Amino acid sequence: MVSLKNISKSYGDKRILDDVSVDFPRGKITSLIGGNGTGKSTLLSIVSRLIPKDKGDVFIIDENITNLDSKELAKKLSILKQSNHSSIRLTIRELVCFGRFPYTRGKRLCNQDCRIVREAIEYMSLEEIQDSYIDELSGGQKQRAFLAMVIAQDTDYILLDEPLNNLDMKHSVQIMKILRKLAKDLNKTIIIIVHDINFASCYSDYIATVKNGKISHFGTTDEIIQTDVLKDVFDIDFEIMQVNGNKICLYFV
Amino acid sequence: MPRKKIYILSAITSVIILAYLFTFTGTQLDYVLPRRGYKILAMLLISCCIATASIIFQTITANRILTPSIMGFESVYVLFQTILVFIYGDQTFQAISAETNFLLSVLMMIGFALLLYFLIFKKDKNSVYFLLLVGLIMGALFRSFTSFFQMLIDPNEFFVVQNSMFASFNNVNTKLLGISAIVLVVCLYLISRYISRLNVLSLGKEHAINLGINYNKLVKSNLIIIAIMVSISTALIGPITFLGILVANLSYEYLKTYKHTTLIIGGSLITCIAVIGGDYLVEHLFDMSTTISIVINFVGGLYFLYLLLKKDKPW
Repeated sequence: MVSLKNISKSYGDKRILDDVSVDFPRGKITSLIGGNGTGKSTLLSIVSRLIPKDKGDVFIIDENITNLDSKELAKKLSILKQSNHSSIRLTIRELVCFGRFPYTRGKRLCNQDCRIVREAIEYMSLEEIQDSYIDELSGGQKQRAFLAMVIAQDTDYILLDEPLNNLDMKHSVQIMKILRKLAKDLNKTIIIIVHDINFASCYSDYIATVKNGKISHFGTTDEIIQTDVLKDVFDIDFEIMQVNGNKICLYFV
Repeated sequence: MPRKKIYILSAITSVIILAYLFTFTGTQLDYVLPRRGYKILAMLLISCCIATASIIFQTITANRILTPSIMGFESVYVLFQTILVFIYGDQTFQAISAETNFLLSVLMMIGFALLLYFLIFKKDKNSVYFLLLVGLIMGALFRSFTSFFQMLIDPNEFFVVQNSMFASFNNVNTKLLGISAIVLVVCLYLISRYISRLNVLSLGKEHAINLGINYNKLVKSNLIIIAIMVSISTALIGPITFLGILVANLSYEYLKTYKHTTLIIGGSLITCIAVIGGDYLVEHLFDMSTTISIVINFVGGLYFLYLLLKKDKPW
């Protein structure tokens, strides 16, 4: 379980997160939804120690992350941010191998590491292009390559900031299915930021809505995908339909 | 593949060193050869310093068009030399020995760097770019002071200062070579322990933290090592780190790898070729009518423009 207790963060006078407390359940997919600039990305960055917080604590199974060594944390929790441009020359395989760095610390990859790297590449169906250089890939391929690196990092907690960015429909669905499999089969705790409400509705177990630097609603997908809740979060009208047991939101007109 | 390229670079370097040593010797071999030998040693040493410092600096700043000279090391050096001449006039060389001057210059530059780092990292700003900005402004300030002092001194004495404003291998003090070599070896040893972490850092700050790198510590310790290496090379032969952009980018283009071990070795060899080859040209083609800085800045400047203008290639 990842628990946030009274997290606050300001940039200058602008309050980004205001006394946020929330528990993300273990082994489940939790989606963070909310408008632009509400503090979702900041929240994930704080949980993953990418940026320092002003106040509050983050706990991973009762352990405060400020007390955890960064090296140890890298074996428990991984994060992938939304923009991943990199100017260096390396192949997809080499990139995915970096995912093993927390375990090898720069030493040679052992057989087990190599197996995990191979599996991660297969998971993302990148076998055929694994020797291509990442600066020559399309946005979607690059996104999948970085996701493969995160999978190779093999952490119990995975935080993803808009992983569906740049992906076409086929690959978006594929990635969401992989995430569901990771949560179900390997008991990974996954927290993702998604903008497509229907991906959140169809694939996540829990949804947290973020508004004005606070968690405005938190609950199971069923509880959150309601017209009144969504209107409160996004300030637009939603029509919700049942399709094959999934709730699909219509908000285009 | 990179291994083969390193061999090729080593071969070219060796050929240039041999040409440098054994062509246009004249008859006074026992005078010419040792002198050239020391010059070669000096050039190998500063090549290593410049290439290593620039490549690591570019990894830390995640920027391929910066060199450590942006931090203002060289303006500290030139200002210090100008002040010396301002105080002692044409007596400078009697008043201060080359060794003392070297030591003081190095200490001034490292002191300046440490002061900058501690002021900025203490304030919890923690941004490398903020550090660079302050360094850039301080550099401009020091250059203004330098100009001011140069206006005040006698035109004849100005020539003394001018010597230290351009890089030159002609008067490298052999005693200083030993100390510099020892310091360089210590620096390289320290860097070798950071190599795998630097490889991870080249993915970017956020990926590095995600993979368990202590980002602030890594950046701070490497910035200090860079400061030491740049100070040595500047105090030994004068401002030349502009060369860093050229050779670092040539190494990326040629070696096509992210591995710092390969990049640093390859980059050092490319720098050797540029420096020794450049000096050879200055001596025998231009008959000493120009300086190596001018040759390198001219070629480097053209290459820099090319880098900025070529849009089709990803980098």
